[in-house]
Amino acid sequence: MKQVMSNKLVIALYTLPALILILALVYVPIMMSGYYGLMDWDGIGAMTFIGLENYIALMQDAKFWDSAYHSFLLAAFSTLSLGAYLLISLVLANKLKGSELLRKIYLIPMLLSSVAIAQLWLKIYDPNNGMLNSLLEFFGVENTPIWLADPDLVLFSIFIAIIWQYAGFYIIIYSAALKGIPESLVEAARIDGANPLQIAWKIKVPLIAGVIKVTIVLAIVGSLKYFDLIYVMTGGGPNGASEVMASYMYKEAFGAYNFGYGSAVGFALLVICLLLTWLIRKLTTSDEEIQY
Amino acid sequence: MNKKAFPYILGLIALIMLTLAGCAGGGTDEAESGNEGGSDVEEKTISFMHLWPEGSSRQHHLIVNDIIAEFEEANPGVTVEPEILGNEQYKDKLKVLSSSNELPDVGMTWAAGFLEPYVNGNMFASLDDVIENDHSDSFVPGTTEAYAIDGTTYGLPLELNITPVMYNMAIFEEYGVEVPETFEELKAAVQTFVDNDVIPITLGNKDSWTGSMWYMYLADRIGGEETLTNAINRSGSFEDPALVEAAAKVQELVDMGAFVKGYNGLANDEAKGYFINEQAAMYLMATWDLPQWTTDENNPQEFRDNVGYFKFPTVDGSGDVNSYVGGPGVGLFVAEDSPVKQEAKDFVSFFVEKWGEQAVTNAGVIPATKVDTEGIELPQMYIDVLNDLNEASNITLYADVQMSPAVAQVHLDMIQALFGGEVTPEEFAARQEEALAAEE
Repeated sequence: MKQVMSNKLVIALYTLPALILILALVYVPIMMSGYYGLMDWDGIGAMTFIGLENYIALMQDAKFWDSAYHSFLLAAFSTLSLGAYLLISLVLANKLKGSELLRKIYLIPMLLSSVAIAQLWLKIYDPNNGMLNSLLEFFGVENTPIWLADPDLVLFSIFIAIIWQYAGFYIIIYSAALKGIPESLVEAARIDGANPLQIAWKIKVPLIAGVIKVTIVLAIVGSLKYFDLIYVMTGGGPNGASEVMASYMYKEAFGAYNFGYGSAVGFALLVICLLLTWLIRKLTTSDEEIQY
Repeated sequence: MNKKAFPYILGLIALIMLTLAGCAGGGTDEAESGNEGGSDVEEKTISFMHLWPEGSSRQHHLIVNDIIAEFEEANPGVTVEPEILGNEQYKDKLKVLSSSNELPDVGMTWAAGFLEPYVNGNMFASLDDVIENDHSDSFVPGTTEAYAIDGTTYGLPLELNITPVMYNMAIFEEYGVEVPETFEELKAAVQTFVDNDVIPITLGNKDSWTGSMWYMYLADRIGGEETLTNAINRSGSFEDPALVEAAAKVQELVDMGAFVKGYNGLANDEAKGYFINEQAAMYLMATWDLPQWTTDENNPQEFRDNVGYFKFPTVDGSGDVNSYVGGPGVGLFVAEDSPVKQEAKDFVSFFVEKWGEQAVTNAGVIPATKVDTEGIELPQMYIDVLNDLNEASNITLYADVQMSPAVAQVHLDMIQALFGGEVTPEEFAARQEEALAAEE
């Protein structure tokens, strides 16, 4: 076996299928969309090469920057929500009665498709017959908010649904990481007189710092390219109040038939994602490797 | 192994995959285009894409299947392979397929602005010969014209719709409201409903073509049937006083609380729900929904008995009530590059003929072909609509269909902004004038 694996040709052969797949399905399309971004193209007729015009227009497009701002807002929100997820995971890690069950309950939203989640939240947010407003009315609130139609509220209404959607995913990651902490460390801390709060904050959290960093990257990048719930729940409306970069890209390419411009938006989105990922990793790398 | 490395690696892999997969965006959509177009089989196969899934448009779906079966029987050696998608997915897929030149042999298209890029890209075949040979007298005048660009027709219309104001007769009666014939009466009716905590008008302006119809009617009544059309075809201007005035009237209604709470966040189907639940008194919608008010067993009988319709009122004494917003809905196209073009044209011709026979009785839609109502039993509402259609002095095609896709996008956004009170009527007009002028 060892001999086989040391043959460079065999190694190349084994990695080839995956390489071809990733090239064909990921890298080539990325290059293509960058290339289409240089074109004036309605997606149907002939393409005209217009150089960097799309990208220059993009830089001056207030709508694009609005949607970028909304995306960054979402990124900030999801990053903050990681704190709540971590807290829940820390509590669940304490082997409380029913924590297994709770963990499963938190996981359920992950099992639903985005469209189903969107439908669910649409019912909750319905301004007249919805669960939320009915509840508010029950408590005597007059002038209940019009969650998805109010330009000032719509983003946050959707953010809450998104945060709910991803709770299970991050709680699982944190729970798994917390499980990986050797019992002996916790035991030692306890003997030294640390209270549960100190154990959680001073022992457990630093030990899973690496995982936390990864989740931060995941949350930020995931937010920047987020599309599903926004597309189904508001389609970016009203009048762009909930538009994010991905939905704007879609709207330009498929709604307004500006395939070239849409591609440019997509490519800009990619660049922003890569830059941010690089930046976060740069900021959060630390030299000390924690050894158990 | 270093225990800590594991989640790192796992996370990293997930991260890379997520980043790249997600950010690929526009590009990946292209890669997915399948292999429906090519039909180089020994037997002739016509690929046919339509947008009437069994679930949401059962009657339509069944008729299509019937017609296909009949056609195959009449033309041995030719098979028709249908592919069915929902409305929005259909539009997306058609676009993706056309960008890789793999359109189905026969498919469905909308008129005017939707059609234009496909015709400019030389994707659709001229159907002039089909009309000339088989259907020179079958279509209602004005319907095929909507599918014509520079004198050549590229689509055969299947439906023809007008847009009356549907209303709940029971609610009107309960509050002693008469059918409004003028804008003032409409406002009085709205006021009565507002005072009594009934939703006066339900509107799903998340799909802002619905709000666009309200605006179009007001523009038609105030400025006459040509003003809006002229603004779009650039022989006029969107800053015409009548078009600004119409926008102001929309906001008058909005300020009165005429529209259902949260209309800008409701989809058309959600808004329709309020009407069907008898929570809302009025609902402006095209006659493609007629079956829902007449024959659809999914809606309770009591509700269907309560539904009536009226023509959009006149405004300040001007306007012709027989002028409608409406027009042909979907039509059939034949792909220019189809390997079985002749068969496809035969199929399209056959389809239109059979559709005209079956659509009214079985699906409850009004076909774009002339209807002979004699000898068929129809709900009264149909007969009324058909009569109104015959008396129509003008049918203005939906603004977002008249416009090119890019301008339509601006129009639809502006409609939401107008209804949401985010722009003044002047800004509303100016922004669209800008978009229209930019395309000239």
